[in-house]
Amino acid sequence: MRSFLLGLILVFGSASLSAQDDLLSLIEDDAEEETIYASALWKTTRVINLQSLENVAPGALDFRISHRFGFVNQGIYEFFGLDNATIRFGLELGLTDRLMAGFGRSSFQKTFDGFLKYKLLRQSTGKKSMPISVSAFTSMTINTLKNDDPDIEVLFSSRLAFAFQVIIGRKFSEGFTMQFSPTLIHRNLVETTDEENDVYALGIAGRHKIGKRIAINAEYIHVFPGQISDEYTNSLSIGVDIETGGHVFQLHFTNSTAMVEKGFVAENIGDFFKGDIRFGFNISRVFHLWDHKGKKEKKP
Amino acid sequence: MMKKALLLTILCTIGGHVLAQKYFTRNGKVVFESDAPIERIEAVNNKALCVWDSETGAVEMAILIKSFNFEKALMEEHFNENYMESEKFPKAIFKGHVINMSSIDLTKDGAYTGEIEGDLTMHGVTQSIILNTNISVENGEVKAITSFEIAVADYDIKIPKIVRDNIAKTVQIVVDLDLKLLDK
Repeated sequence: MRSFLLGLILVFGSASLSAQDDLLSLIEDDAEEETIYASALWKTTRVINLQSLENVAPGALDFRISHRFGFVNQGIYEFFGLDNATIRFGLELGLTDRLMAGFGRSSFQKTFDGFLKYKLLRQSTGKKSMPISVSAFTSMTINTLKNDDPDIEVLFSSRLAFAFQVIIGRKFSEGFTMQFSPTLIHRNLVETTDEENDVYALGIAGRHKIGKRIAINAEYIHVFPGQISDEYTNSLSIGVDIETGGHVFQLHFTNSTAMVEKGFVAENIGDFFKGDIRFGFNISRVFHLWDHKGKKEKKP
Repeated sequence: MMKKALLLTILCTIGGHVLAQKYFTRNGKVVFESDAPIERIEAVNNKALCVWDSETGAVEMAILIKSFNFEKALMEEHFNENYMESEKFPKAIFKGHVINMSSIDLTKDGAYTGEIEGDLTMHGVTQSIILNTNISVENGEVKAITSFEIAVADYDIKIPKIVRDNIAKTVQIVVDLDLKLLDK
């Protein structure tokens, strides 16, 4: 019995002794573990042309100005393509922690676009552990070019095209992120009967940070064969993200002109490896519009 | 005999705890303020952990850097990604002790000034600091408030020239804790 008592005292005694070593361990053990979401998978909402896994933060407005110039291989007369520019202006808004909406106007086919992006799963560790992030994206574009051919009546519905995308990816380390984007483009009207209205493609994108504020991005979109005319090529882009406070500058080389999915996935012209490369940039400026409720947890 | 033994162990454990009283919180408030010519930045963290052994005077505190809430989401992202590198250095930890513990009696209501000396570790750098803390005891509830300044360069946090008017070189930290008795 005595040894039993002694044992008990020893057990309790040693327990309180070891606790002296690290006070925090007294409460950390049963402290509620938090869910920590991976942040900054990408610098901004686009990889280059492709949508990234990032959303605009709730309550923030992202004003985006994007340019794609002419082919670099046009030489000095066209100033390596800089004499021609295709532009898109965009206003993109973070609505909740998961949902964002955007509107844009491109000079490519005088297109208006609107889109929604929703974070289905967010990569996290801790209480809830999730190895990947998954977002769903959908957009609608309206081609507003004038109809030059008096013999053809163009219905409004013929001007519409849609994109549906699931973005699946992971931030593998502080510097390295990768994502896959299975994509479906639906065009209500196509140019010839050889083309499919529905075009399936797979986007692949990665980034590697080379500094705290600088990252190198690359993306490639593989259109599965037999769906679109042979004159179209797959989009390939490589670029640099530079972040300076409220701005992100994305400078890149790409063979794509359009900055909407319908264009750079299904109507892409130019062979990257034959020098049909354009210089382009996206500039993102974020404005703070309102305080998001969930952000400020003020406990009494 | 069995009952006695049980009683004795219970007494032993309780006795042990009366001797070494510890106070703690899991939702201490830490406020970060940067007051620069162009911009004033404030962030609040309501999830500070703190344990204070009132017998030895030892104090330990820990906060998750990612739990700081900023007014602007972009500030929060930059704070975590560019400055604090919170994925690499997730926590800030303070370990120290109250030098004048003998002049503080937490069992009596009153106001005291505690002088705490210790080491603050964050962003992978440890610096020793002294915190003059206002401690008040009311109806057995212990409140501790302290504020101090941190030169960001001391913790190897670099501020690029382009934002030097947006982010202060020295930031103010305010810690506000409501401590409860740890009953175990």
